[in-house]
Amino acid sequence: MSYSNQKIGLASRVALGALPFAALVAAYSVGSHIRRADNPADKLLPPLDDMAATFWRMATVPDQRSGDLLLWTDTFQSLARLGAGVLISAAIALLVGVIIGYLPRGRATLAPFVAAVSLIPPITVLPILFIVFGLGETSKVALIVVGTAPVMIRSLAQAVMDIPREQFVKIATLGASTVQCVCRVVLPQIWPKLITAIRLGLVPAWIFLISAEAIASTDGLGYRIFLVRRYLAMDVILPYVAWITLLAYALDRGLQLLSRKLFRWAHLEGESL
Amino acid sequence: MSFVEVNDVAVTYDGAPILRKVNLQVAEGAFVTIVGASGCGKSTFLRLLLSQEQPSDGTIRVAGVHLPSSPTPDRGVVFQRYSVFPHLTVTENLILPLEIERAKGLGLTFGKLRRSLKAEVEEMLNSIGLAHARDRYPSQLSGGMQQRLAIAQALLKKPRVLLLDEPFGALDPGIRRDMHDLILALWTNTGMTIFMVTHDIAEAFKLGTRLIVFDKIRHDVADPSSVGATITYDLPLRRRGVVAEGLAGATISAANMLDHSLAEISQDRP
Ligand SMILES: Nc1ncnc2c1ncn2[C@@H]1O[C@H](COP(=O)(O)OP(=O)(O)O)[C@@H](O)[C@H]1O
Ligand SMILES: [Mg+2]
Repeated sequence: MSYSNQKIGLASRVALGALPFAALVAAYSVGSHIRRADNPADKLLPPLDDMAATFWRMATVPDQRSGDLLLWTDTFQSLARLGAGVLISAAIALLVGVIIGYLPRGRATLAPFVAAVSLIPPITVLPILFIVFGLGETSKVALIVVGTAPVMIRSLAQAVMDIPREQFVKIATLGASTVQCVCRVVLPQIWPKLITAIRLGLVPAWIFLISAEAIASTDGLGYRIFLVRRYLAMDVILPYVAWITLLAYALDRGLQLLSRKLFRWAHLEGESL
Repeated sequence: MSFVEVNDVAVTYDGAPILRKVNLQVAEGAFVTIVGASGCGKSTFLRLLLSQEQPSDGTIRVAGVHLPSSPTPDRGVVFQRYSVFPHLTVTENLILPLEIERAKGLGLTFGKLRRSLKAEVEEMLNSIGLAHARDRYPSQLSGGMQQRLAIAQALLKKPRVLLLDEPFGALDPGIRRDMHDLILALWTNTGMTIFMVTHDIAEAFKLGTRLIVFDKIRHDVADPSSVGATITYDLPLRRRGVVAEGLAGATISAANMLDHSLAEISQDRP
């Protein structure tokens, strides 16, 4: 058997997948140990148990000033902003994507505009958003929408255009109106693509969330890591980065599982990441 | 007056003539098989009959009435692929035409009504031999099963005209023979008029009561630049039963001979 079509069992797949992570942790431990052997007060690579202790404290001990459990308020605030932004984007993408993908007249009207808007670097819009909406929640959510809606619109419009024309003809011969065609052919087939689009949009959404929180916020995961940066508090920053990564991973996996559960027909063929 | 009347129909895409001067009179209940070189406009002709496209010139009437500008349930269709809906199970595909009829707004039904529609298609499900696969999605069916489902779905609206565009082109020979039996039985039982495009000349002879050939005319003295295709050969076939029996045992070489002689015939035109 050649190497390219080896079958891998579950146990060895888990072990192989864990290998790079273990290697990273080991390399970090060694590096941390060496630096602190030189200088016991080194802040750059704090030991793992220090980071664990700090993380645990932020999760369980109320903050002295605010009385909040910082990790959870930060997480909650960030996820609320992320969720609001991505859900608004998804709704816009669904509406505009179907108009562009399904109606030739809609495509002619909106496709060039969406293509142009998608080229605006979203972060350059941030000052405008701050001026228009102030420094509150609206501008942060708006930044996420500006940053994710165009790609999501395009991927949904493409999903609609990828539905074979034959299906529209076929359902018309079954007596369907345009509304019935949208409800029974177009929408059901793009729900799984909407989930894919959300997973796709979450990548830039995290970037814009952290950026907005870093620039103008008083809580949230992005606010926290940029705040403690001033004190070189790597024992906070590194666990937070890992935590954000874990949240992003859990969201992505959760959406994928949701799609498999709800839209079994869309996952019958082929492997996907 | 014939059931289907095609008068001087022409189709042009971006100035390029595809079909020209197509004239055809078809009696109700005919089984018209259509052959011709790939790309000569057979599918285009079916799209015209379906109202998926409008002719650039000429008229088409069915039962004395000009075709409407978009597809309607009196003309059913089965394509080679994509005829059934991938996101619906076999049963859901079959009740779809009924749901569209009952739920005028969104075409969605629930609960009791939905269950009663499922009961309604039970007989159809059995007659196409898909009862055991009722909860499978199309991608979990073989090609032959998919096309049986597509035909059944098209027939639920009881169309008077059925348009088939190479419906069995992707199937294995054995399965294809079963499909021939199925379509002939359905045609006999319903009395509908069938137009079927095929690239299999033996199939065209076996199934049709009439075989028409599309081909390009290059030698029009009046208009030498035109290369649109038209009907170059129109062959009424003997009673179907006789032909079918004769061809059921036909070897591939016999089919090739037919193919060959037909090619000669179509080259012999003026
Ligand atoms: N929508 C279209 N726009 C432009 N050209 C087309 C279109 N559809 C088909 N054609 C052209 O028309 C010709 C006939 O196509 P078609 O009817 O599909 O042929 P057939 O079914 O006989 O193989 C082909 O040359 C094809 O390239
Ligand atoms: Mg064709």
